[in-house]
Amino acid sequence: MENWDAKWRRIWALTRKETRQILRDPSSIAIGIVFPLMMILLFGYGLSLDVTKVSVAVVDQDRSANSAGLIAAFRLSPYFKLTPPRSMAEATTQVLTRKVDGILQIPSNFSRRWHEGTAEIQILVDGTDANQARIMQGYAAGPVVIWSAAQQGLGTSVTGGTAIVVSRVWFNAANDSHYFIVPGLIVLVMTIIGGFLTAMVVAREWERGTLEALFVTPMRAGEFLISKFVPYFGLGMIGFVLCLLAAELLFHVPLRGSLSLLFLASMVYLVVALGIGLLVSTLVKSQFLASQLAMLLTFLPAMMLSGFIYDLRSMPAAIRAITYVLPARYAVALLQTLFLAGNVGSVIWLNLGVLALMAVGLLLATRLATHKRIT
Amino acid sequence: MRSSLLRILALIRKEFLAVLKDPRSRFIIFLPPVLQCLIFGYAATFDLNSISYAVLDQDHSAASTALIARLDGSGIFKRQADLSRAEDIATWVNASRALLVIQIDQDFERNLRAGAAAPVEVIADGRNSNTAGTALGYFNQVVEDFNSDWRSNHGQVSRSVRILNRSWYNPNLDSSWSIIPSLIGTLTMMGTLMLTALSVAREREQGTFDQLLVTPFRPYEIMIGKAAPNMVIGLAQSTTVLLVAQFWFRIPFVGSFAVLYGGLTLFLMAAVGLGLLVSSIAKTMQQAMLYAFLLVMPFALLSGLATPFSSMPDVLQTVMIINPLRYALDLTKRVYLEGAGLRVLVPDFAPLVIIGMVTLTGAAWLFRRRLT
Repeated sequence: MENWDAKWRRIWALTRKETRQILRDPSSIAIGIVFPLMMILLFGYGLSLDVTKVSVAVVDQDRSANSAGLIAAFRLSPYFKLTPPRSMAEATTQVLTRKVDGILQIPSNFSRRWHEGTAEIQILVDGTDANQARIMQGYAAGPVVIWSAAQQGLGTSVTGGTAIVVSRVWFNAANDSHYFIVPGLIVLVMTIIGGFLTAMVVAREWERGTLEALFVTPMRAGEFLISKFVPYFGLGMIGFVLCLLAAELLFHVPLRGSLSLLFLASMVYLVVALGIGLLVSTLVKSQFLASQLAMLLTFLPAMMLSGFIYDLRSMPAAIRAITYVLPARYAVALLQTLFLAGNVGSVIWLNLGVLALMAVGLLLATRLATHKRIT
Repeated sequence: MRSSLLRILALIRKEFLAVLKDPRSRFIIFLPPVLQCLIFGYAATFDLNSISYAVLDQDHSAASTALIARLDGSGIFKRQADLSRAEDIATWVNASRALLVIQIDQDFERNLRAGAAAPVEVIADGRNSNTAGTALGYFNQVVEDFNSDWRSNHGQVSRSVRILNRSWYNPNLDSSWSIIPSLIGTLTMMGTLMLTALSVAREREQGTFDQLLVTPFRPYEIMIGKAAPNMVIGLAQSTTVLLVAQFWFRIPFVGSFAVLYGGLTLFLMAAVGLGLLVSSIAKTMQQAMLYAFLLVMPFALLSGLATPFSSMPDVLQTVMIINPLRYALDLTKRVYLEGAGLRVLVPDFAPLVIIGMVTLTGAAWLFRRRLT
């Protein structure tokens, strides 16, 4: 089997060349090691959907014991930081200049109407950040309910039958947004290492003409691809392990599923990401175009259409249909489930199966697109 | 002076040709902003329009039926199953088939009639804790309405305070109104910074940059020749997104175009400056792209685009002083939605001018030094 021997020697030589090219290029090391760490630290700490301490200007036009009590209830809430009572005009200016996030207005007839049972207060928010505004409106209900309940307990003995919501949030009892952001970040990191970095490697050889030099050697297309694939796979797995360590040691994200399944899932996803990168690179043969396409096909979907920050369930049906074509959604579902829920068979095998099919399809497509031919 | 101007113009012309000559790269400059704007305009939302839930009703009373009917009638809650055993709850939640599982105990109605507290247990799938929180919020709202109806139907008196919510500049608190104006800056920065970083790196890789250095061009002329075309392309990208925002999403523009474009020009100066700085450090195109990417990523995600800027730790808020996108987001949103004028926008304009000046002079200086 002298033939086999030669084949593996060729693959080995090319792989070694590719690995050296990575090791000697500071930017590749940056993306393999610095980048995962930077991502997980910056975004792990930086991305938080938990709105705390909304600053609110209080305009108390009633100036009664009732309004003072209600304001005290707001002051006790951990979500609000109240600024001293001011005139409505002054409060409006404060919102416009971003000194406060909103206004709590208690109208002058508040006490009178409270006794009639029709009291109203007004919450005014700046809607330019719709999400923050909505969260703030939600928070405001808390102190109001607490105050009115306490008030009725004191005043009259009437209490109505009340359905009380006892809620439990499974998998994330502490309601810590890191728990779902960190698994998503791991997917993002692998997407970038796999898809983005490899998008340029084949295109670079086309642009520099070194691929034509390889044509005249006995090397075959498949061997060439393996040699491109292996080093970047290694780089991606290093990134994955670093992220995993950070997730466990820094953010204490629980790992309820099995570690081996987590590795399997990540490896399969990494193959998919590498497949996209290599395919793009092989097809467009230009580094600039390859980089832009890779951004469009891998990074942006992984960030926006994967369920990493924005939940897929919030999206309109047409957009959700697009996400089914993109591998990132399956990877995010897999990792979030493996980290937070455990080995849930139905979720894991379905998503892993789709990813495996995508991996095989992409590798075959790349193999078919690689010709030893000058165009 | 005149010859300097002519040289710069020649370089600008050559830059435009280099980028716009290839139909594929024309395509890649203008198609992605439109596509991304459309997709993200719909995808980047925290509003939940549909909440799948399963119910375990152990009471089977008029009251429990009324509560469930209220959920189904909300248009948001979609009942997936009526469970009969408590053991089924885990199956439905684990497999992500229901976001909420609602469990109504058998004394639900009896407690209500007795005027006591009647617990309703809700289990939420917390794999995305933000979604779980939103869903629970909607559920609380439905139960709140149920309570006040129940009381008035059963002659139980209760006083409550009604909260009137009003929001300025975005009356329906539509997520797309805050996201899409933000995309003007974000998508433009992603495109322009990369394009700029690659334009010098390509010349370096192909060896033409060395040739440029032996011509009469002065470093600042090269800098202007490289910066101006990319800024123009960036403004064109911004305009594309702006058109999509107005004619597809129909978000009313209340500000002044002069102020908006003034701000965008300063922003592009800063973005192109960063791109040139990156490209003067990088040796190959792959390096330039990676460094640009390492810069764009944190800038985009930590600008307040995805999560509120004020929720970030103080240290990061301080570090992000150097992030041009942060000012661009603030200024585009405020001009677009609030109609803010020049005077209020000084805190956004001033840092952009400083970032632009520092990066552009830095790049011009580095052009001369980095001859290898």
